[in-house]
Amino acid sequence: MREHLILRLVSKFLIPFIILFGLYVQFHGDFGPGGGFQAGVIIAAGCILYGLVYGLEALRQAIPQSIVITLVALGLTIYAGTGFVTMMLGGKYLDYQWLAHDPAHGHHYGILIVELGVGITVAATMLAIYYGFAGRGEPTDS
Amino acid sequence: MISANMAALQVAVPLIGAPLCTLIGRGTRAWLFATLVTWFAFAMSIGLLVEVMQNGAFSYYMGNWPAPWGIEYRVDHLSAFVLLFITGIASVVMLFAYNSVENEIAADKHRLFYTAYLLTLAGLLGMAITGDAFNAFVFMEISSLSGYVLISLGRDRRALFASYQYLVLGTIGATFFVIGIGLLYMATGTLNLADLATRLPRLGENFVVFAGFVFLMVGLSLKVALFPLHLWLPNAYTYAPSMVSALLAASATKVGVYLFLRFLFDVFGIRFIIDTWPLAEIFMALAIIAAVMGSLVAITQINVKRLLAYSSIAQIGYIVLGISFVNLTGLTGAVVHLFNHALMKGVMFLAIGSVLMRVGGTRFVHIRGLGKRMPMTMAAFVIAGLSMIGVPGTVGFVSKWYLVLAAIERGLWPVAIIVMATSLMAVVYVWRVVEAAYFAEPEANHEIAEAPWPMVTATWILAIACILFGLTTDLTIGVAQSAAVMLLGGGQ
Repeated sequence: MREHLILRLVSKFLIPFIILFGLYVQFHGDFGPGGGFQAGVIIAAGCILYGLVYGLEALRQAIPQSIVITLVALGLTIYAGTGFVTMMLGGKYLDYQWLAHDPAHGHHYGILIVELGVGITVAATMLAIYYGFAGRGEPTDS
Repeated sequence: MISANMAALQVAVPLIGAPLCTLIGRGTRAWLFATLVTWFAFAMSIGLLVEVMQNGAFSYYMGNWPAPWGIEYRVDHLSAFVLLFITGIASVVMLFAYNSVENEIAADKHRLFYTAYLLTLAGLLGMAITGDAFNAFVFMEISSLSGYVLISLGRDRRALFASYQYLVLGTIGATFFVIGIGLLYMATGTLNLADLATRLPRLGENFVVFAGFVFLMVGLSLKVALFPLHLWLPNAYTYAPSMVSALLAASATKVGVYLFLRFLFDVFGIRFIIDTWPLAEIFMALAIIAAVMGSLVAITQINVKRLLAYSSIAQIGYIVLGISFVNLTGLTGAVVHLFNHALMKGVMFLAIGSVLMRVGGTRFVHIRGLGKRMPMTMAAFVIAGLSMIGVPGTVGFVSKWYLVLAAIERGLWPVAIIVMATSLMAVVYVWRVVEAAYFAEPEANHEIAEAPWPMVTATWILAIACILFGLTTDLTIGVAQSAAVMLLGGGQ
């Protein structure tokens, strides 16, 4: 892709906006269309675009593979952990109303936190799949 | 906090344990963590069973959304029993796993292996405890997808092919299952199992419901490997890592049978089975073919693990046969055989896992003369083998006794004779192993030591359980009978 100047420039210009849009979809998901799944895919798509245009090595330097695995696990931990927090506060599993004094606020926080977990895991999983396919044929170590 | 949320913790602890295992686990820590999580789940399942036996069935509402809107976890005798033996077998298998996984899986993959294991466990437990049809599908996918990963990690390269084969067929099964649920949802507008059970009879003769039923049954038959949909099973069990073979043989198909029972008796109801189609007869025919063909093919195998896999197909035949009698004795036999078969197949796969570690293979040439070299391991195998045959004093006898009784109660003498005939086939394939282990000359040129003590201990815990639950049947038969009464009484 080294010779495709336009592609490189345009994608470099676009990637921040793609990720910004992903964050919008993530955190506006409780009011509009969106949520963790869509946001995770959009953010991962931005990263994968970088990898396609600038090469796998560049993406690996930006987001190391070991961090990707950690993020996959972290997202699920956030989701399932929210359930444990609500249980410790006295409610049932994933009973968000215990997260704040006002039950409505509690539900609001709960869904934001849980969707954040979903977003992290989905984005990281997409990247892990990309690394898995793009890195095929190289000696693997993890 | 723990006692009020036991039903949620049963699934949630293995579920959160999986990512935590990836985050904190390196080497031995991953194993230790996964083991503690499994034992905690076992403690929860004991707590749930005690609760059910004292106060009867109860529900837990996820996120405090009441059923039928929210996801309901429903714990009754049947689900508590299934939870108990899955976590029980998993707890013992984890003891075995330390040395076995060290030996079979590359060290850098350990934490991911145990992560996949915990996900499988969470999925299986979720399927057994949930009272929501779609939730059951989600957990089925969790357990299956992580199960494919576990199988593919076997050290034989054919494990990859076996895993892929299972992936394709398992996905078809899961798709059929979810199409069936979708059709039921279309007809009734609910996903809650108890709510489905009250709404379905009101619809009367409804083609959407019939189609949904057929999709569900075919999908579940694939998941439980009922003849003729068993083709994924032999390769998957043969090439998977030892602890995975033991775990999946003891639990994965069993949970499928559990959902089978739930949908047949609880959701659709016994009248639907008997009145609508000759369903019981169809299942009986398939079960008999499975028992006979599975046993016959098992006799001809040269790989002991594959022999055990075909024997599992035959045992699934017994379980479905018990269900197809549609009477109290038959159902009791089927439910108790879920447990009993898990015990004896657990012992056999663990023993063969020890052989794989010490000798390097699982074919008959590898076990020649092992009766002297690995006396403890092979003795445990023989106990489980006797149980597989159905010798009195072992768990196998208890289940066969109930199956034969149920057949006689229904006046089906030929079926009772077939059950006994297949036991004779079990004698043949168990004897082949005994003959190779005890009467063949060992390979003289290399010394083979007994397996490490955790593996021997794990194998023997299950072997002793095989005898213990064969002699004192109060717990197993008691719970199985309560479950059978509930299945036959409910859903009408």
